[in-house]
Parts: sequence; structure tokens; C-alpha cells
Amino acid sequence: MANSPEKEHPVKSFGWAARDASGHLSPFNFSRRATGEEDVRFKVLYCGICHSDLHNIKNEWGLSIYPMVPGHEIVGEVTEVGSKVKKVRVGDKVGVGCMVGACHSCESCANNLENYCPKVILTYNGIYYDGTMTYGGYADSMVANERYVVQIPDGMPLDAAAPLLCAGITVYSPLKYFGLGEAGKHIGIVGLGGLGHVAVKFAKALGSKVTVISTSPNKKTDALEHLGADSFLVSRDQGEMQAAMGSFDGIIDTVSAVHPIMPLLGLLKSHGKLIMVGAPYEPLELPVFSLIIGRKTMAGSGIGGMKETQEMIDFAAKHNIKADIEVISMDYVNKAMERLGKGDVRYRFVIDIGNTLVATKP
Amino acid sequence: MSKSSEEEHPQKALGWAARDSSGTLSPFHFSRRENGDDDVTVKILYCGVCHSDLHTVRNDWGFTRYPVVPGHEIVGVATKVGNNVTKFKAGDRVGVGVMVGSCKTCECCQQDLENYCPRVIFTYNSHNPDGTINYGGYSDMIVVDQRYVVRFPDNLPMDAGAPLLCAGITVYSPMKYYGMTDAGKHLGIAGLGGLGHVAVKIAKAFGLKVTVISSSPSKESEAINRLGADSFLVSSDPSKMKSAIGTMDYIIDTVSAVHPLLPLLTLLKVNGKLVTVGLPNKSLELPIFPLVLGRKLIGGSDAGGMKETQEMLDFCAKHNISADIELIRMDDINTAMERLAKSDVRYRFVIDVANSLSQ
Repeated sequence: MANSPEKEHPVKSFGWAARDASGHLSPFNFSRRATGEEDVRFKVLYCGICHSDLHNIKNEWGLSIYPMVPGHEIVGEVTEVGSKVKKVRVGDKVGVGCMVGACHSCESCANNLENYCPKVILTYNGIYYDGTMTYGGYADSMVANERYVVQIPDGMPLDAAAPLLCAGITVYSPLKYFGLGEAGKHIGIVGLGGLGHVAVKFAKALGSKVTVISTSPNKKTDALEHLGADSFLVSRDQGEMQAAMGSFDGIIDTVSAVHPIMPLLGLLKSHGKLIMVGAPYEPLELPVFSLIIGRKTMAGSGIGGMKETQEMIDFAAKHNIKADIEVISMDYVNKAMERLGKGDVRYRFVIDIGNTLVATKP
Repeated sequence: MSKSSEEEHPQKALGWAARDSSGTLSPFHFSRRENGDDDVTVKILYCGVCHSDLHTVRNDWGFTRYPVVPGHEIVGVATKVGNNVTKFKAGDRVGVGVMVGSCKTCECCQQDLENYCPRVIFTYNSHNPDGTINYGGYSDMIVVDQRYVVRFPDNLPMDAGAPLLCAGITVYSPMKYYGMTDAGKHLGIAGLGGLGHVAVKIAKAFGLKVTVISSSPSKESEAINRLGADSFLVSSDPSKMKSAIGTMDYIIDTVSAVHPLLPLLTLLKVNGKLVTVGLPNKSLELPIFPLVLGRKLIGGSDAGGMKETQEMLDFCAKHNISADIELIRMDDINTAMERLAKSDVRYRFVIDVANSLSQ
């Protein structure tokens, strides 16, 4: 008979979990493995709320296993390291993102692309090598293999760094891989939410000219004055869209709802690229002519490998890039999820685990 | 009052045109411009029947202007060249493909990508700079700016080489652009028709491992034994498709009917590329999760530039690649079109224009 979450591992842990597809989160006692020789154990200080957390707690992708402790934008302070760990020491500030394991023998793993490994183990709602469920960062502590831990540079504010572990790498990776983040390029960012706002900052820091493409005109001031975008295009305004046709080298599309892509393909110059990082669950309509006339491409991108995640964090530290966040207490999380569902956040909630989780213990 | 098609230009020409969306073709008297300083006049010997010709005569894409003389896989002999023409002389074997003009000044034109010029003039059903409609290769002669004429290699058969002018460049260009030429890599070719069969031959010449993906099991023996494909995957066989998941570096999709993309996307390895060259007249469903989870790409490609078209012809000459054709007479064209609509051809019809188009 399988052990209960509280008993299956030797080290007690406490967090918040969803028990069913209502997505309602509440206090949850469970346990984590002992610190293995390649493991890093850390006290969680902050955890970002990613939109994927909301999709998962409500089982919108049909893959959820309950009880589920979400959270894959996790930052904390090292409390213990295994005997073979070289990367970090006790007291260091570290982060864990969307994955905690992979096969380490396939071509993707050999190319530092653990995220594309067919056996990748996600930080939560995954099955670890020992067959047990993985639990995420809405919890007091984490233990992860050294390979999946990044160092947070000194001086980087930990709360605002947390969202970079998913949102940051999700936009940084395609900006680099598809050659969109460079001087002389004009990039569009569709959607100004958790992913979008961070994409603007990275693209600007990489030297691109950036236009935010959004359905909400009321985000214009923020986009231009606060985030540093060069211009703002209201996607529902036919005149504006028409005038901008054929002016973009690339577009990063962060929108996860179903939406028309023909107008976005029309915005691209010939040989332009439309990169999907939002993942609508239903298929989109692809007007094939729009790809063929102009030899345009559409591609997807999903987070990034560990080497690249560290590179992204170091880049962010150097260029003072951090997420725009609303710090919340643990017991606000259900309300935060409701607001997130309506896009009512500028632009990421971050749970102050270190200061507010323990008070919620029954 | 605008001039009739017979009178609008000084040189008389004879072709076959469709007059309405029934697509039925019949003899059509029209005219061509005088041979200008930059022009080459071509006596047309052969013209391939491209599936785009069928789509156009039936107005499948909604922008056909009737009467339309199709044909953009033209091979013939230069009969006259203008004063500025240095590349060709009378008597040369030449070819004309899918375009006859472009702006020559934009970034695309400057990079020898005239096919992507926003003001590209296609060989038929396009407006000339003087406002008249142009007519394609189902005719006795054509006058073309030298930039859009290619030298037809001596060792390629003129009839079987004609389809290279569209089908050949349409698959060669994306193989180069999308980096699908590394020997040993695995290319899937979806659809075994005019485009697909030429793609198999060119891909094998690049040293690729080739799998044909087709809904017709009857094409397997030919694909492997005659065209040289390494394997054949029946797309309607779920277990065969399942065992091929994640095995292909690239796929060229030549299918112009509406079809599901998800099965093709799952055949790709991580970072795999699906290039679509077929032109369905409706949108396709594109699932995004497979793109995101495997960093996969779907790209378009539309014929190729003139420099590349010449390069492709020379490559085919070197590797002895030409199309598998069924030579037909001009007055069999309507029957051929009906058969083409049912994919009943192995694998391209070519009209023997010189020997069968008569006054």
C-alpha cells in the first residue's frame, strides 16, 4: 500500500495544495526525501505564481494528480548540501524553476536542453525517479538535484527574481535561439502579462526595438513609460494593425487563449518569425498562404535548459531586470488565483513564503 | 475602350485558355509584347501541368481573372534576344518558371529573392506594368525579361525537365533555406505527386534518408524501387505512424488538400522543422502544444529566386534528375486536368506544345 504524502519520505514538509479540480488551495502536510549526495536543500523564501499553476490546479490540461502543491518559480536559502555538491554552499541564495530531473542520456540532455528531454521531470505534478510525486514551491522547503538549482547573484532582490525562473527563461530562450533579441531587430510582444512584461525588459536589454501588441489600450502608458517599450499596438484597431503590417522581424506571442494568428503573420516582414510561448489548449487556425507568401515561420518554445536558465539569471542581474510583482501572503493565494484568472495583476503575484507560510499551519 | 486580348500587343500568339470557373480550356488567340532590349522571346516546346494551373483555372483561390492561359513550367528555345541581353542568344535552350517580373529594387530583389518581392509578377494571371494581364506557357511563344529566364542544361531532357521550373525549385529552395541538406539526416516527404516525387530525387542527391508519407499504400513500391526513397509510411495506419514518432529531422509537406498537421508534427524530433509548400484553400488546424513542447517549427516556402532556380537546374543536371512525366497533346489538356484532380498521374503531365498546338 502506497505511503501517504506525510509518510513517504523522511523529512517533514508543510505547504499548500489543491485537492481537486476546484483548484482551491489549503494547508497540506507532506514530506520530502533526505538530502542525497547530489542534492541541495533550501528554505523557500518566495515563490512566484505562474499562470500554469492556475491551469494545473484546475486540471485544465487534463494531467493533474491531486493533491498538488504547485509552484515552479522558487527562491530560497540553502540549508544543506550533499557531499558531492560543488555549485553552492549553505547560506547561498538559489532558485529552482520548472524541472527537477531528466534522463541525462538523450541528445537534448547532452545539449543542455533538459526541458526537451522526453523524460523530463517537472517540479510539481511529476513523477520522480523513485516513483513518488513531485511537490512544488508553495512550501516551506525544497530539495533538488544540484543540476536543477541556479545561483541567484548577490544583490538581486529575491522576490522580484522568482518569476524569472519560469517567465524569464520562457521568453529569454526564444529571443536568443531565434535571433530576435539583437540590435536592429524589431520585435513584437503579444500580451502584456507575466510573460509579456518580462519579455519587453529582456528584448530591450538585448538591443531590440520593441512594440507591445495588446487588446487592452489601458496598458499603453505602463508599456511605454514603465517597461520601456518603444511603441504600443492595439490589436483590435484595424487602422493601427494595417499601418504596422510587414514591419516586424519577429513576434513573441504569450497569449494562452485561442486567438487569430493571421493578423500577427501579416505584421511580420518577409522571412519573419512568430514564436508561440503561450500554449492554447485548442488548435489555432493556420492560414497556410500567410506562411508561404513571404516564407514566414511559426515555432514554439518551452522554458529553457538549466545552463541557459543560469545564463538568463546572470544577464538579468547584470541588466537589473526583475519582474513587476505584487507580494502576497500565503493565505491570500486563492484570492490571487481568482484575480489571475481575470488578468488582474501587474504582472506577477509572488508568495512571501518565508514570512507568511508558517502562520497558516493548523 | 480597352483593346481585345488579340490586339493589345503587336505579336500574335496562340494558346489555350479557361474562360470561366468550369476550368475547361480551349484555343485562345491573344498577343504578346514586342521583344524589348532586355527581353528574350521563347518558342515554347514543352510546358508542365502544375497543380496550381488546375487550382487557377477553377478559381479555387478566388483571384483568377478570365480568360486565363496557365502554364509556368516552360521549356523552349530562344528565338530573339534584345540589345541588352548578354546571357542568352538565339538558339539557346531556355526555361521560364513561375515569375516574369519584380520590382528589382527592394531588399528581396537585391538578395535574389524575386519570388518574395511584394510586387512580383507571376507568369500568368498577373498584371503587367502596363496594366494588361499576362498569359502563361500553354501557348506557342512568350516574351520574358532576361532576368526571369534560365539556361536549360544540355544534358537534361526538355520534356521531363520542364516540371523542374516549378516543382523542382519549390522543393529545392526550402531544402537549402531550412538547412535540410546534411547527409544522413532524415527527411519525410508528405504527399507523392508532382512536388513529392521530385523532392525524393533531390533529397536523395543531397544524401538524406528519405521517408515518403502518403495515404496511398499503392505508391509504396514505386517510391522505394523507382524513386529511391528509403522507406514509406502509410499515414492512415495508426500503428506505423506511432512507431515513427520523433524520428524525422524535417518534413516537406506537399499536400494541397486540407489535412491534419498534428500527426506530421509528432513525427518530428525535437527542434524539427515542417515546411509547407502545398497550398490548401482553407486554414489548417495547428495545435500549439507540440510546437512548444518540442521547439518545433512550421514554415512556408514559395518557389525560389532566379539565381537559385538556375542553381537548382544545374544541380539536377549534375545528378541527372528530371521529373517522371506523361507527355500529352494540347487537346488532351481537359482530360489531363480531370485526371490530375483525382491524382491520376505518375507524376506530372507535360504538354508537347510544339508538336500539338496548332492554328
